[in-house]
Amino acid sequence: MFESVEKLIKAHERVEREVYLDSENSSVVPAEVVEAMVPYFSEKAYGNPTVTHKLGWMAYETIQKASERVAGYAGASSIEEVNFTPSETEANNLALIGTALANRKKGNRIVISEIEPLSIIFSSNILEKYGFEVQKIPVDKEGFVRLENLPSAVDEKTILVSIMLINHEIGTVEPIKEAVEIVKEKNPEALFHTDASDAYGRIPVNIENLGVDLMTLSSYKILGPRGVGVLCVREGVNVERLLEGQIGTQKLWPGVENVPLIVGFVKASELAFKSFDQNVFRMRKRRDRLMSGILERISETVLNGPRGDKRAPDNVNISFLHCEGEALTIELSLKGVYVSSGSACTRLILQPSHVLTAIGREFEEAHGSVLMKVTRYHTEDDVEYVLKAFPQAVKRLRAISPIKGGAG
Amino acid sequence: MSRAPLPYSSKILELFKNPKNLGRMEDATVSAVAGSPACGDIIAFYLKINEDEVIEKASFESYGCAANIATASITTELVKGKKLEDAWKVSWKEVADEVGGLPTLKFHCGILSVGAVRRAIREFYKRKGEKPSWLHDELTSEEKHALEEEELARVLSKKLATIQAKKIGRK
Repeated sequence: MFESVEKLIKAHERVEREVYLDSENSSVVPAEVVEAMVPYFSEKAYGNPTVTHKLGWMAYETIQKASERVAGYAGASSIEEVNFTPSETEANNLALIGTALANRKKGNRIVISEIEPLSIIFSSNILEKYGFEVQKIPVDKEGFVRLENLPSAVDEKTILVSIMLINHEIGTVEPIKEAVEIVKEKNPEALFHTDASDAYGRIPVNIENLGVDLMTLSSYKILGPRGVGVLCVREGVNVERLLEGQIGTQKLWPGVENVPLIVGFVKASELAFKSFDQNVFRMRKRRDRLMSGILERISETVLNGPRGDKRAPDNVNISFLHCEGEALTIELSLKGVYVSSGSACTRLILQPSHVLTAIGREFEEAHGSVLMKVTRYHTEDDVEYVLKAFPQAVKRLRAISPIKGGAG
Repeated sequence: MSRAPLPYSSKILELFKNPKNLGRMEDATVSAVAGSPACGDIIAFYLKINEDEVIEKASFESYGCAANIATASITTELVKGKKLEDAWKVSWKEVADEVGGLPTLKFHCGILSVGAVRRAIREFYKRKGEKPSWLHDELTSEEKHALEEEELARVLSKKLATIQAKKIGRK
C-alpha cells in the first residue's frame, strides 16, 4: 500500500501554483513560528520545568511567560487559568468529561449544541453512557444555535453547557454572550464552556467578556504547531484530570511539558494578534472574493453558513450539487488546490458531516460540500488561481455523473 | 463521522483522471443503475450486447468518489468482449485487483460496480424472456450489497428528513 501512495503523490503533475486551503484539518506552520521553536529542542530550556537545575528552571520560566502571554490574549485573569494540553481534542475532552466528573454531585445534565466538534459530541456520548443526560440544542439554517430552546434545556440539575464560539465547518459566529446570560439566569451554578479554537485570532476572544467558565484554544488553528492546545479554566471552577501520571506545571495534564510546541503556539498567537485588524481584513477580503467568485461562476451551488460579520473571516463552505466531494478534493489536488469535503466518502462511517445535516442540508448537498479556510498569507493571485481551477474541476466531475442538474 | 486514510493506488488515480469507456451509450442494449445519491455514490452501466450474447461495448457514468469512478471504469474494461456468462463471473475482487488494490473502506465501490453489471445482465435475460442455466434466481452477494446500500440510503434519508421536519416543527 505504501509504495502506491508514493506513486500517487508522484502522479501529481507540476502545477503553476499550489494553494493550501485546508487549515481546518491541519495547517502550514509559518517559518517565523518554526524559527521561534527550534532553539527549544536542543539549545535552551529543554529541561523538565519541575526539576531543580538550570535547564529545568529555564523551561519553567518559558512556560510561565507563555502562560502569561496566552492569559493576556485570551483575557484570563491569571496564569493559573491557562492549562496547556496536547491539543483542542484533549482540551475539549477535559472540558466536558473532566468538568462533569468534578461537578457530578450538583447534577447530571449537560447541554451542548448539535454542531459541536466531534471531541465534544463524542465526549458527551461517553457521559451519556455513564448516566449523564445530554441535551442537544438545534441550530437554524445558517447554523445559529436556537437560543429560544436554551431556557427549557437548563434546570437546577444542569451542570455544564458547551457551545462553540465559531463553528469549525460553516463559520457561524454563535451568540455566546447571550447564551451565557440565558444559562446563568436559569441556573447560576451551571458552568459554561466554549470551544473558541476557530474564533481565536479571527474575532475578539475574551473569556471575561464572554462570561464563560471554560474555554478551549487550539494551536494549529492559528497556524501554530500541531500538538498543543489550551483549556482556560476560571478560578474556582473544578475540573477532574482524565489521565494520571507525574504532574508538573500543568495541573490538568500529566507528563513532561512540551516547551517547544508551547513556544510555537505563543509565537503563532503573537503573529495573529500583532496586526489583528489588518489580518482579519485581509482574510475577510480573500474569503469574500473566493465565496462570491465560486457562487457566481458555478451554477447549482449552495453556500453553507451565514454571510458577512456573523461568519468567520476565514471560512468558505460551499456545496456543489451533482458533484461528489471526495472526487472534487482529488480533482482539485491534481490542480494544486488543497481542500476538504464533508462527503460521506471521506468518512469511516459512510455518513456526511453532522454540521451540514444539522443545518438542514440533504445528504446529496452534504456529499458535494467543500470546506476552505483562507489565511492571512493567501494572496489575491492565490484566490484567482483557485477560482480558475474550480469551474474546470466541477465541470469534469458533473460530466461523469449520471445525475444531471438543470445546467448539466 | 471519523475519517480513515485513503491511500489510493496510482492506477485508481490514473483511471480517475482518464476514465475508460465513460459516458451514456445511446444505442445500449441494456442499462442498470446501482447505489443512490444519498449514499454519495451511484453508478450507471450501459451494455451493447450482440446476437451471440457477447458484450460488444460497455460504458459507465458515476456520481461518486475516485474509487467509485475507477472501479466502474475498470469493470467496463473487464466485461467488454466477454460472453455474458463470463461477464457474470467477474467478481469484485478481480475488480479490486485490477485497480491495484482498494482501501478497505472502498471495497463497496467494487462490489457496487459488479452488482450493477449483474443487474444489467439479469435485465437483459428478463427482457429476452429466457433464463440460461448458469443464471440463478437467488441474488449474488454483490447484487445483495447494492440493494443493502440503497436500502441504507433510504433509511438514513428518511431518518434525516424526520429529524429535520421535527426541527422545523419546533421553530
